[in-house]
Amino acid sequence: MEKAALYHFDLTRYAWLRRLLTSRWPQFILRAITLAGFVLVILTGFIGSPVGSRNFAVMFVWIAWWSALKLIMLPFGGRAWCSICPIPMPGEWLQQGWLVKPGGKMFNLGLRWPRRLRNTWLQSAGFAAIGLFSALTLTTPVVTAWIFVGLIVVAVAVSVIFEQRSFCRYLCPMGGFIGLYATMAPLELRPQPGLTPVEKGAAAREWPRGCPWINNPAALKANANCGLCLECLRTESGANMALNVRSFDAELGQPGAFRLDEAFLSLGLLGSVMIYSAVFQGPWGALKNAALNAGSGAWWSFAAFFLLASFGLLPALLAGASALVRRTGNLAQPLQMVFTLFSRALLPLGLLSWIAFTVSFAFGKLAYLWPVLSDPFGWGWNLFGTASVEWQPYLLSATPVIETVLLVTGLIWSGRTILKTAEQLGVRGERRWAAAPVLLFALAGTLTMLWLLIG
Amino acid sequence: MTLPKFISILAKPILGLTLAVLALTAPLSLPPTQPVERYFRIEASQFAYSPGVLQVNPGDQVTIDLVATDVVHGIYIDNYELQASADPGQTARLTFTADQAGLFRFRCLVPCGQLHPFMLGKLQVGPNQLFLRAVLLSLAGLLLVLWKKPLSTISI
Repeated sequence: MEKAALYHFDLTRYAWLRRLLTSRWPQFILRAITLAGFVLVILTGFIGSPVGSRNFAVMFVWIAWWSALKLIMLPFGGRAWCSICPIPMPGEWLQQGWLVKPGGKMFNLGLRWPRRLRNTWLQSAGFAAIGLFSALTLTTPVVTAWIFVGLIVVAVAVSVIFEQRSFCRYLCPMGGFIGLYATMAPLELRPQPGLTPVEKGAAAREWPRGCPWINNPAALKANANCGLCLECLRTESGANMALNVRSFDAELGQPGAFRLDEAFLSLGLLGSVMIYSAVFQGPWGALKNAALNAGSGAWWSFAAFFLLASFGLLPALLAGASALVRRTGNLAQPLQMVFTLFSRALLPLGLLSWIAFTVSFAFGKLAYLWPVLSDPFGWGWNLFGTASVEWQPYLLSATPVIETVLLVTGLIWSGRTILKTAEQLGVRGERRWAAAPVLLFALAGTLTMLWLLIG
Repeated sequence: MTLPKFISILAKPILGLTLAVLALTAPLSLPPTQPVERYFRIEASQFAYSPGVLQVNPGDQVTIDLVATDVVHGIYIDNYELQASADPGQTARLTFTADQAGLFRFRCLVPCGQLHPFMLGKLQVGPNQLFLRAVLLSLAGLLLVLWKKPLSTISI
């Protein structure tokens, strides 16, 4: 633990930065800008051109935002997007009765989220649903618009009925994806080291009201459920909190528990990125058409394959590998614990697979963005003089090399974490070869991604 | 710092670098073959090319007839920067020498429907060296991960 602490650097030690972060206005301005973009997405989705590559909704959300999230915001900022996401804003305004901070009459029943649903199962289901309709969603403006309207309606309804940001924490389909991979981000909000029990007690009494993400910041140890909303910095106990820069491995390198729902989400995301790669980057037209024609017989087959492969086959294979490790390593821990901990160790491979997949299509599609910036509705406007910029792919020679480096890095990072996990379970020294089945699982995942992207 | 400790610190990075260099420079080329003329008739329909994967050898003279079977389709071969488009029922021809080795995607150039940006095929010129080297690099990476001295004794 002491070694890991060396890699933490408290950014809020600088008074000007702490002042900037404790003021609600900079964050509100950023959220207002993203809200404006959100409204434009809905408008262009409903009344703009139905051609996806000529419509702001599709190009902005699925090329610009989705790529920026996976390439920059998530790997370097963790839940940084959540801190400026506009989706919970209307619900929060109702909850707090004012735009920027609590102040007016509140419209909120304040119920606690049902205990049985305090996990990521619903988020997994939401992410899988988006995956099942991905070919339609990524190419059809009106579908994108309906998804955004749906998200806002559900977020408002949940905000009125349940406490705080229950929607973000337990329902948002992107929330599970971002939260899980935020584990490896080099940014964290944590209590200052060395808080006395009295300070922790005082903080715990105050913070449950101050944390919209329903955490006790005094006990915060993981990034998964901290939305970086920074509200804890703005309470009276805020001086006891710090925004730290840390090493990418700071959290994953430490022993940590992992629930079964998180394990299935981790493997579901790994399976999803393989299927996304096959559909969107593969040469198989029948697969693309099956994914596109929702409701057809071919689509049902695609849906069954998607769900079985991501949430059935991969977990079954890893469970088998974990059972082998448990047997050959003479481990006393229950299989579920071994399985969940190894699925946690596969997070780096999952994240870097998503980044490699994004690299594979983002640079090829980026040029579609320039015309829609000048003509967001596809009505023939030319606001910034870029409407007639012709499509051309960028960085064609470099992308396969970048994808290779990313995937091999993911394998090495996951491999190290698998061995570390095996050691923590009791497989040490010369017996570390007992971890080979899980290492082979990671290798097979890497080779599959390499084959899909550069093979 | 003692010399053995210094060596033990450097051993792993040096081993990693050696394995990486080996994976990236190992001779993987097949003996050169006599260039031949290759002809492909590609049928383009929403949202696929048939055949979707073309394999030729470096130096081959390649002719591709693109036939659009439903709507207007195009073809753009990455890195070769060659392009053509065909109206429905019509044929467009591309002729070129496969003078760049590797795997290249070809993609539809004309908006042809919802999945147009994802209408792709592959042109493989010679063995796919990058993929082979990536496989070697992955194996080398795993070996590197496994090659370690006993670490901590943390127990859960």
